[in-house]
Amino acid sequence: MLGTYEILETLEMIQKENLDIRTITMGISLRDCCHSDIDISCKKIYDKIAKYAENLVVTGQNIEKEYGIPIINKRISVTPIALIAESCDSEEYVKFAKAMDRAAETVGVNFIGGYSALVQKGYTKGDKRLIASIPEALSTTNKVCSSVNVASTKAGINMDAVAEMGMVIKRCAELTADSGALACAKLVVFANAVEDNPFMAGAFHGVGEPECVINVGVSGPGVVKCALEKVKGADFGTVAETIKKTAFKITRMGELVAREASRRLNVPYGIVDLSLAPTPAIGDSVAYILEEMGLEKCGTHGTTAALALLNDAVKKGGVMASSSVGGLSGAFIPVSEDAGMIAAVKSDALSLEKLEAMTCVCSVGLDMIVVPGDTSADTISAIIADEAAIGVVNNKTTAVRIIPAPGKKVGDIVEFGGLLGSGPVMKVNSYGSSEFIKRGGRIPAPLHSLRN
Amino acid sequence: MRAVITVLGKDRVGIIAGVSNILADSNVNILDITQTIMQDVFTMITLVDISGCNIPFDVLSERLDKKGVELGLKIQIQHEDIFNSMHRI
Repeated sequence: MLGTYEILETLEMIQKENLDIRTITMGISLRDCCHSDIDISCKKIYDKIAKYAENLVVTGQNIEKEYGIPIINKRISVTPIALIAESCDSEEYVKFAKAMDRAAETVGVNFIGGYSALVQKGYTKGDKRLIASIPEALSTTNKVCSSVNVASTKAGINMDAVAEMGMVIKRCAELTADSGALACAKLVVFANAVEDNPFMAGAFHGVGEPECVINVGVSGPGVVKCALEKVKGADFGTVAETIKKTAFKITRMGELVAREASRRLNVPYGIVDLSLAPTPAIGDSVAYILEEMGLEKCGTHGTTAALALLNDAVKKGGVMASSSVGGLSGAFIPVSEDAGMIAAVKSDALSLEKLEAMTCVCSVGLDMIVVPGDTSADTISAIIADEAAIGVVNNKTTAVRIIPAPGKKVGDIVEFGGLLGSGPVMKVNSYGSSEFIKRGGRIPAPLHSLRN
Repeated sequence: MRAVITVLGKDRVGIIAGVSNILADSNVNILDITQTIMQDVFTMITLVDISGCNIPFDVLSERLDKKGVELGLKIQIQHEDIFNSMHRI
């Protein structure tokens, strides 16, 4: 029989240390929903999502109850809509977003991702139309999330797309000014986007994926923090070992939920994304893990090293726990969604520059960063270009989810509510980058034979 | 199919009776019980067989939860697999 200690340890992780399954995401291919008539195509999309995901939410809830583990989000990701929409002549792409939104509403999921385009090497006319429609699509729907991949290690950086995304983000902010620029929180700009990522806003169902698949994202920064509290003062070997063991246990739980959801829904199981994704709840913060390692405040010197250790140990622990590890796997460092990060920004310990450095060793990038409302589109594009360069040169995924909150200035706080939390407005460099962004074209792919 | 019931809280009269009555009514067989006081907290862990259970799992879970509130304790039932998958390779 199971030992008392083991049972109580599991309970404690769930009840006191905020261990949870962050998301069950059903990926649905929409490749058979193309049609030259936009209304027919939208109807096909709605019908397919509503049919495939019919039992997703209730299955999630049942697993939650039976295993006693909270499952925070049930979500859907679909084939990047730019690929589907291309066959129709209409330019009113927002209709696709509305069809997705209605389907998400019908099946009761929290978010639906995939209003996306992949333009790392260049645009098709469908990509162009989709990107142009993002501000309206995100400001007139509730649950739709969007992403655009503007760069990859193989293709380099599409600087035309980078320039355009700066303007798209600004427009998103203007259209949702009264809700703290919420549309920007639903939009991610990627370099090296992965096809099986269950985390919003960047989730989409890649073209290499099967018809329908279940991906699970696990999270438990609180559990790692508590485990580290027990090895206070120990050397880094011990720290890494402790994180590894904890990540193993967390991932095993994700694997169980993924298998169970897959069995009950009769849909193949894709991956477990073993990430440490924070929530605004106290005790569920990645920043506090870093501070537990001995940093006075997240953002001070040593933070990048601490994050590198954390990220690597999480992957090492998780990879043995499941043979289907994928997605983004690692530590997420969104600012507004992490109590410790918010505190670090407020106390001036954490700057945009330091966050950028941290993204070299974490799983995604500049995530949920609020900047002053008067930040120019070019500056935002330049921030995206920097982040994309880090991803392209280092052969990793990077992303930017940035919110130029209208009317807000450095030091103000923007409230988003729920999992999105609240973000202190961060300082950006006041010198311009317009001439740089204006050049357009493509930054060539890097040479990797002389790596350094 | 087996499940683990955990009872945590302050010790008092009638805890085991309260839990086992609900289980008997639902045709759930008790396979093993361990009970101890850990750091002043009454801790009871019961392994049960729920394959003959005559009510849906979530109803059983709600009844135990309600009994817990009544007795001032936290009573939870979870499928055994969650502990096995976490602690057994």
